[in-house]
Amino acid sequence: MSESVFEPRIVAFLCNWCTYTGADLAGTSRLQYPPNVRIIRLMCSGAVDVSYVLKPLLEGADGVLIGGCHPGDCHYQEGNYKARRRIAILEESLKGMGLDERRVRLRWISASEGALFAETIRRFTDDLRQLGPNPVRTLWTM
Amino acid sequence: MNPDSSALEHTVGAVLVVGAGIGGMQAALDLANSGFKVYLADSGPAIGGTMAQLDKTFPTNDCAMCIMSPKLVETGRHRNVEIMTLAEIESISGRAGDFRVRLRRQPRFVDTAKCTGCGDCAAACPISRPDEFNAGLSQRKAVYKRYPQAIPNAYAIEKRGEAPCRDACPIGQRAMGYVALVRAGRFADAYRTILEDNPFPAVCGRVCNHRCEEACSRAAAGDGAVSIMRLKRFVSDWAAAHPDALPATGPASNLSPAGANGRVAVVGSGPAGLTCAAGLARLGHRVTVFEALPVAGGMMRVGIPAYRLPYAEVQRDVERVLALGVELRLNARVDDAAALLAPSGDFDAVFVAVGAHAGVRLRIPGHDLPDVLLATDFLRQVSLSDPGAAAGAAAGRPSIESRRVLVLGGGNVAIDAAMTAVRLGARWVGMSCLECRAKMPAHDWELRDAQEEGVALFPARTFKEITQQDGRVTGVYTVGIDFRGFVDGRPDFDELPGTEETIPCDTVIFAIGQRPDLSLLRGPAQSGGAGGNGRPVWHAATLAGALPGLFLGGDAVTGTSFVVDAIAAGHRAARSIAAYLQARGAGPAIWPPALAERTPAPVAVLSADEARAQVVSRSQAARAEPARRPAAERRRDFGEVEAGLSEAQAVEEAQRCLECGICSECLQCQYACRAGAIDHEQREQVVELNVGALILTPGLQTVRGDIRPEFGYGVYPNVVTSLEFERMLSASGPYAGQVQRPSDGAHPRKVAFIQCVGSRDLACGQDYCSSICCMYATKEALIAREHDAHIEPSVFYMDIRAFGKGFERYYQRAGDEQGVRYVRSMVSCVKQAPGSRALRVLYATPDGKSAEETFDMVVLSVGLAPAPGTRELAGRLGVSLNRFGFAESPTYAPAETNVPGIFVAGAFAAPKDIPETVIEASCAAAHASRLLAAARGTLTREPSYPPERDISREPPRVGVFVCHCGINIGGVVKVPEVVEYARGLPNVVYAENNLYTCSQDTQERIRQRIEEHGINRVVVASCTPRTHEPLFQDTIRQAGLNAHLFEMANIREQDSWVHRADPDVATAKARDLVTMAVAKAGRLRPLYSQSLDMDHRALVVGGGLAGLTAALAIAGQGFAVSLVEREDVLGGNLRHIYTALPATSLPLESNDSSRSAPQALLASLVERVSREPRIHVYLGAQVIGVAGYVGQYRTTIRFHDGRTEELGHGVAILATGAQPGTPHEYLYGQHPAVITQRELEERLAGPAQDRLELPGKIVMLQCAGSRDAEHPYCSRICCTQAIKNALALKERNAATQITVLYRDIRTYGFRELAYREARAAGVRFLEYSENDKPRVTPAPDGGLRVAVSLQPDGEQMTLDAGWLVLAAGIQPEPGNAALGQMFKVPLSEDGFFLEAHAKLRPLDFAADGLFLAGLAHSPRFIDETIAQANGAAIRAVTLLSRKQLQSAALIAAVNPRLCAACGICVETCPYSARVIDEEKGYARVLEALCQGCGACVAACPNGASYQRGFEFKQVFSMLEAAIG
Repeated sequence: MSESVFEPRIVAFLCNWCTYTGADLAGTSRLQYPPNVRIIRLMCSGAVDVSYVLKPLLEGADGVLIGGCHPGDCHYQEGNYKARRRIAILEESLKGMGLDERRVRLRWISASEGALFAETIRRFTDDLRQLGPNPVRTLWTM
Repeated sequence: MNPDSSALEHTVGAVLVVGAGIGGMQAALDLANSGFKVYLADSGPAIGGTMAQLDKTFPTNDCAMCIMSPKLVETGRHRNVEIMTLAEIESISGRAGDFRVRLRRQPRFVDTAKCTGCGDCAAACPISRPDEFNAGLSQRKAVYKRYPQAIPNAYAIEKRGEAPCRDACPIGQRAMGYVALVRAGRFADAYRTILEDNPFPAVCGRVCNHRCEEACSRAAAGDGAVSIMRLKRFVSDWAAAHPDALPATGPASNLSPAGANGRVAVVGSGPAGLTCAAGLARLGHRVTVFEALPVAGGMMRVGIPAYRLPYAEVQRDVERVLALGVELRLNARVDDAAALLAPSGDFDAVFVAVGAHAGVRLRIPGHDLPDVLLATDFLRQVSLSDPGAAAGAAAGRPSIESRRVLVLGGGNVAIDAAMTAVRLGARWVGMSCLECRAKMPAHDWELRDAQEEGVALFPARTFKEITQQDGRVTGVYTVGIDFRGFVDGRPDFDELPGTEETIPCDTVIFAIGQRPDLSLLRGPAQSGGAGGNGRPVWHAATLAGALPGLFLGGDAVTGTSFVVDAIAAGHRAARSIAAYLQARGAGPAIWPPALAERTPAPVAVLSADEARAQVVSRSQAARAEPARRPAAERRRDFGEVEAGLSEAQAVEEAQRCLECGICSECLQCQYACRAGAIDHEQREQVVELNVGALILTPGLQTVRGDIRPEFGYGVYPNVVTSLEFERMLSASGPYAGQVQRPSDGAHPRKVAFIQCVGSRDLACGQDYCSSICCMYATKEALIAREHDAHIEPSVFYMDIRAFGKGFERYYQRAGDEQGVRYVRSMVSCVKQAPGSRALRVLYATPDGKSAEETFDMVVLSVGLAPAPGTRELAGRLGVSLNRFGFAESPTYAPAETNVPGIFVAGAFAAPKDIPETVIEASCAAAHASRLLAAARGTLTREPSYPPERDISREPPRVGVFVCHCGINIGGVVKVPEVVEYARGLPNVVYAENNLYTCSQDTQERIRQRIEEHGINRVVVASCTPRTHEPLFQDTIRQAGLNAHLFEMANIREQDSWVHRADPDVATAKARDLVTMAVAKAGRLRPLYSQSLDMDHRALVVGGGLAGLTAALAIAGQGFAVSLVEREDVLGGNLRHIYTALPATSLPLESNDSSRSAPQALLASLVERVSREPRIHVYLGAQVIGVAGYVGQYRTTIRFHDGRTEELGHGVAILATGAQPGTPHEYLYGQHPAVITQRELEERLAGPAQDRLELPGKIVMLQCAGSRDAEHPYCSRICCTQAIKNALALKERNAATQITVLYRDIRTYGFRELAYREARAAGVRFLEYSENDKPRVTPAPDGGLRVAVSLQPDGEQMTLDAGWLVLAAGIQPEPGNAALGQMFKVPLSEDGFFLEAHAKLRPLDFAADGLFLAGLAHSPRFIDETIAQANGAAIRAVTLLSRKQLQSAALIAAVNPRLCAACGICVETCPYSARVIDEEKGYARVLEALCQGCGACVAACPNGASYQRGFEFKQVFSMLEAAIG
């Protein structure tokens, strides 16, 4: 990535059953999307700890994506609802911490929505480009 | 019906499940998990059935693939499930417990063990086919995977057989293959395909006798064969003009690197010789070709004139052969073939293919005159003189300028001689022969060409003498004959007196035959030393000659034939000589070795009708005709007469191919596949299986969209079937989830759903209800609106049959809140408005009014029918079908058939939805498991591994294996760079790249590397862990490492495939992903699952039909059961059911009404339970406390007298039933004439039935306790119950006036037939509205008045009723809540128990070890309850049959030092796997119950919880690596 154009770094936590499978389907379908995302597979979006979101943001990642099953589809019954509550609260706290809550995104993407996954990454990357680098990174490198 | 297993002499512990949809998978998994070997056969290339095609499922709108794919993977990887795709039952013998089944398996042409599912083959395939998976809305290739997530994750080739063109060709030229590639504009690929079988495309593109075209199906269709030969010439010409575009590699087949190094001499450089030389050279042998003439090519070069086959074209093909490393010696006549052979000569083998170059002359007077020539000599001299020269004298060429030439002979050679003479400037040329014009051996077109050029024909003549004057020819004296043909090689004719004629000429050319000069076969080479008869010794199959190492072939031994036959001989010689050289190398000379012949493939012959039908969808163009030079021009020189096809002509001509074989066998897939998985030589196989039982789950098909032609399906593009619409909605479907009109891709606004297309329709023979269409239409309407909120769906229906659990709420919400409009109506037709694509739907409302409305799109809710081929399947197995072709089960024995040991489930038994299918599949599995209980565990396989290496004291030593995946990763990601980079990462001690890391040999490599380098953590960077992790885990476990010391980096699906345009960023990302995986790997720890003790007893709560059935099913499999019933008597609600539907209203072919008496059923169950020693019944007892968890439950029950008892059990089935509703309205309980249906049934069939007096008028009122605010669900059974009772009343007294007031009649499935019968019997059905309920008042005569407002127009009607019978519905047990709390299982909104998953786990609770059945689940019929109870039993047996339970490895754990015992985790866990250990003061994980979701970990405020395999340190290490 060249220095002149800002390329955001995105960390994604994807649930094993829906969104990770959807990301695989994007590949199987050869859908192209920006290379800015690094995926970490978890069993369930409900297992996304607050620290999983905070740590990358504090260490300079430009965005964090959490992907889970659509409401009602959770392999573990209601893990995605737990994720939704947790992220909603977290977004509020982020504002208090001076972090931009737009850098955190929770999306429901099913195993058959490869196209939606690709589109989600495109959008998020574009939005983060608009938003610019995570200021934490700049501060720390100073 | 099925014999008890103990009575069988021999029981086989294996089951064959036929049909691998969701039902088949469920049955297979239940059985495999209960200790049986399962063969899961499917007629298609992948498992998954219809459910795989669905976008969403009702009533939860779950993504079908999301919920199904774990089941696919589990089935695919279960070690005791053997998947057999493309398989069909051929025959069966034996008996229940011990069947022998012959299974016919169609070839897949792809080795599933080698296929990596990468799809390179499909990208290379030139053949497109309608994609059945997308309901034909998109195209797929002939090599395809049914859907992206398919299991087996492997491609398959669809082949009807070998195309007739290939079959007709002596060399098996893949004509359809290169034709398909020409059509695709892939001319270089086409050239490669041609060369696969034929080293002489330039020659055969011009002078072949193209038997392929005679066999061409397009010819059968009547509009001329595809011009196959000319397409070959086009490709050859194109290749000549584009030498740089050709692939560097030659043909792939026949290549064998087996260190071949023989020395072979080929005598003769004609097509046979050079083909043989090419074949042997490709194998690595050193070949020298000896040619007596100064030019190579044999007859191709010196026998065929240049105007037909330019010399340069021959030379082009010859040079390609020489380029393989073949040495050519020209002007090198061989006088003694045997002398070439070692030890005296230089060669290990000699192939004599000298052709037949010697002419023959008739010994008639004058035959030896100087101007009498032989055609072979004549043509050879011309061709050797000056290839480029036009007419006119040239050195060595016979001078026949201005002469009168008569050619004697009527074949191709005669024509060639004659037309050559024309070009050399002869003044006059004639031809004479024995045959009449019509029977001349030359092609008719050749003769016409010759005549055009002025050649005179004198057919049907015999030649008596060549007349002369002074030694110069003056003519040929001939006599006309009546020629009848050749007898023993001699002509048979009568001379016709008076037809004598001397044809004047001054030059005669004999063209009456050719023979070989075999003088080079001397002595033993000719006779084998045994004294010959003048003909060479020759073995036609192997081409072996008289001496070891000597081979003969081509015209020299077969007589003159076509080029293609000589090429065939050359191929045969090459194979034979190669085999000879190999055998010789292996030991003493063995001769002749038998040649392994290619197994013939079936030929894909199209009948004339099929061919004509195919033509419709192809190019309609007539056969392409190339430009030809006019006769006047061409007769002046030797320039080529016929031009090649233009590119446009060639492509258009190729489009005329009918693709008879489907797969064109062009081999492009084979070239593309780096894994070597393609095998076109696979053939059909028949395998014999020994199984104890069969379960048939072949599934369904939807009826054809044009079953009601008046709806315009197939005529109007925007009329689609519901299955097509389902695929349109699917994100992975043809429109990527966009709702589009097929006609123009526009987004439709108004969409009409027409219900009951092919259902409830006597006129088209489909008078049953398909059960699921109302719900799937509702679902599709909702999902369509979810995709596009502008869509306005309207559902045209007769009754909405929302009878299942949760369906009514779903339907109500769709109508009330989510914008789906429901129109009760009968649609008469759909018409496309003239000049537009708008569709007019014409319909009639129930009040008889006609209406019309215009829509953008119409979806036909097509009904269900048994899958194709099921009638034949049933016939082969002797299984009875009902009159619609569904499998017939006895009324109270769902899943059984008339054949003991053969069971059915799913839509093959009746149209049904997914949960009912899953339930029935489990039920069938239960029957099989019970039948084969004695053989449980006899055929299953457990894995064996070496002991685990203790790595606890070793520092992390990570080995990294990076996969190229052919070019799938390696074509984008710079794999060597990634490997190099990985070597530098912390803890990495070894890194390498592999072509396919998943291949069998790489597994062995990984094991070796682990040992050599002391690796204790393994990272594989390749594809997705979802499909491949278990494979690699197994590999490292085999190498002595714990399976969890493994991590994967997904650099294919999530890297190379999605960043194809930029190899640099893809490589950078691959480096990051490997870094992350290595970082985590360094922190991995061995993980172990816990073994937990299993109490092999079951508890069944509830002694009604479900409980009794479940208890018997479990006990019948050898496990003890405690059956607890609250009341003092067994039977539950079944005690109050007296009658079944009359047999007349069932679609049965066999009458089993004797088995449909509910009270007899109950008596039998109670009696069997009392005889069953493994069942202990506790009457008058209630559950008051539950402790423990799966495997270790302790449940306390209390009897009426206050006594308590504790029961130990490993599993429990809750079958606590439900209650009949008690109406609070319609004067029930206040007026004696108001009764419930149940009370009516008791009056009609109960003990007091004989004293019953019927009133003359009876009104039945439906939904008096269902589908209202208080009970927002449908009770499912009431409509059928009312109809049953109405029919019974009519039976007693046909004059009784019965009126049924209803909202929707929900007689789903075959129950619809009873509804029809009731209407036929005069029962009146009137619709009322929930918003305007009937009003009941007492009448003075002691009866009642029922005032009803009729729908849809509100017309008021008052009915007199002697009785008013209320459908009171079914209500949940009030005790469910308390019982649910004790077992920690949830209730649904309606108060019934809530299963783990509405679709795929309908019998399980979310908590392990707990199951449910019967009315406790939801309202249902007797047969459905029996299926559920049996199904719940096998679900329980999957646990009971294990010696111990194994917990999962990736589960949560607690650090007690950090735990504050706050209890948040206990509340968070959906599986009740968390408890607070009050004694020790911290939380614990019940490992048997934990499912490993990690929710408790994220919820823990202290960080005391962690999830194994996803520990904080591990995730953080990945994060750090990712952020960099």
